Amino acid sequence: MNLGSATYARRHFIDRVVRGSCVLGTVVALVPLASVLYYVLVRGIGGIDLDFFTELPKPVGEAGGGMGNAVVGTLTLVGLACLFGIPPGILAGVYLAEFGHSRFARLVRFSADVMSGVPSITVGLFVYSLVVLTTKHFSALAGGIALAILMLPMVTRTTEELLKLVPESLREAALGLGVPKWRATLRVMLRTALPGIAVGVMLSVARVAGETAPLLFTAFNNRFWSSGVDEPTASLSVNIYANAVSPYEDWHRQAWAAALVLLLTVLLLNVSARFLVRTRVRAR
Amino acid sequence: MTARPDVSLARPRSKLQLAFGREANLGDLAFRRITALFAGSVIVLLVWMALEMGLASKLSFARFGLGFVTSTDWDPVRDQYGSLPFVFGTVVSSLVALLIAVPISLGIAIYLSELAHPRLRTPIGFLVELLAAVPSVVYGLWGIFALAPWLRETVQPLLAKTLGFLPFFRGPQHGFGMLAGGIVLSIMITPTISSVSREVMRAVPAALREGAIGLGATRWEVVRVAVLPYARSGLVGATILGLGRALGETMAITMVIGNRAEISASLFAPSYTMASVIANEFTEATGRLYLSALAEVGLLLFAVTVVLNIFARLLVWRVGKLPEGGQL
Repeated sequence: MNLGSATYARRHFIDRVVRGSCVLGTVVALVPLASVLYYVLVRGIGGIDLDFFTELPKPVGEAGGGMGNAVVGTLTLVGLACLFGIPPGILAGVYLAEFGHSRFARLVRFSADVMSGVPSITVGLFVYSLVVLTTKHFSALAGGIALAILMLPMVTRTTEELLKLVPESLREAALGLGVPKWRATLRVMLRTALPGIAVGVMLSVARVAGETAPLLFTAFNNRFWSSGVDEPTASLSVNIYANAVSPYEDWHRQAWAAALVLLLTVLLLNVSARFLVRTRVRAR
Repeated sequence: MTARPDVSLARPRSKLQLAFGREANLGDLAFRRITALFAGSVIVLLVWMALEMGLASKLSFARFGLGFVTSTDWDPVRDQYGSLPFVFGTVVSSLVALLIAVPISLGIAIYLSELAHPRLRTPIGFLVELLAAVPSVVYGLWGIFALAPWLRETVQPLLAKTLGFLPFFRGPQHGFGMLAGGIVLSIMITPTISSVSREVMRAVPAALREGAIGLGATRWEVVRVAVLPYARSGLVGATILGLGRALGETMAITMVIGNRAEISASLFAPSYTMASVIANEFTEATGRLYLSALAEVGLLLFAVTVVLNIFARLLVWRVGKLPEGGQL
């Protein structure tokens, strides 16, 4: 090969240019992440105090106040979503992992993947006509159901993937002891996969905790404490939206504070999920 | 040993029993049925959503027919509903987003799967995925108070000065508008496109790369002749998945796109998307036809994203199934 030729030099020049642009692209993509983190931290930190977590929002013009109702509301909504979304998701995932070769199972898997790409606002519309129109009012229940629908495909696919990672020898050992198949699946396979599934569930919780669009016309919003799950309920995400588009300086400050709380929660869930996965892999 | 109920009482030999090669436990049968029920609920939900929205939009469809998507007249006061401005805003903002996000995402995917030092791959991949973890509404907040002012004061004057001869970069510079919407969307779909592309590239058999290396290819040439052709359909799939996300994205774009139902060639002009009009007007909509029209917008959005997703998944799955050295 003629290493000194012009072709050789040109090829290596192109190689460098392309590799450089790939690195550049990666850096460019991370700039918004850094910028978002910076803005939310700097503008939000001032609004975080004890009042933020315990007080109700103050009317326009009055300083102070907090978003205690929205913090509790988000927790309620996510709790309800877990209640409605996790058990069916895990059972569906168990089905896919155990009996996953039928045409029906392939269709379920495909539907779950397609469903995770459905816009969250259309899920809001669906739950609106299903629950809100039936019960005649906005409620935390409706919001929780909307979030649960978003969680379902994620939990299903995570459960399936993690169950498939459990060594078959464990099942064979259990079956060899005369345990029926269903108990072997639940007590041996699922139990072994459970820590991993928990991490997957954490990630799906992180995703729905920040969802706003499906809550706009299900849980709606509330300036006060909600006394039950059948009442309109405030959430951090909807309040960030409502405050951000309002013309009031004080409300903007609250929006940044709420964004900081939400973002820290979501990032914490993501980072700890990542950390848990890594320590588990190392332990093996 | 568990006591086995007399299966012959429950059912004569079923397919299941034959598959197990022994008499099936009644518990096993129940277990399979129950889990199948929940698995089936995923399909049921998807179909139900389509039906429910179809039902809700019946009134509007009966009234406007196909004119619903070709008319630009959206006027709740006169009860006239045409969704073309929203369709336009959704499609154009998503295309702007793809224009920005696809090259960057491909760069990330190539960097992470082919170029980066193995120790850097995990942390950088994680950071890129964090972009997807930031809630949409937080991007919206950032878009209002950080991105839009920056666009107004720095980017838009610069674009108008250098590329102002094009119709895309003319008109008043508000910051808010199509450009801001497209940029926010591009940030949000970059992690989707790049992570799927990376998975697809990872599925390319090592033998192909080794072959190219053995012929003296540079690293870029390896990517060009071995990785990209093999991964092509998966990369198209990744792009379509990103498009699907962009079309349905609601909060962030609602907060920065300006929300005005106009069709303008300029990217500086405010626009409106299908998801945004639902978010903004649904709770305040009075009148059955108005609600029905909004539901029809939702149905359109749902149908388009479902079709795109089906198409994209098929493309991505195809790469995993290719035989080694297979041609597309």
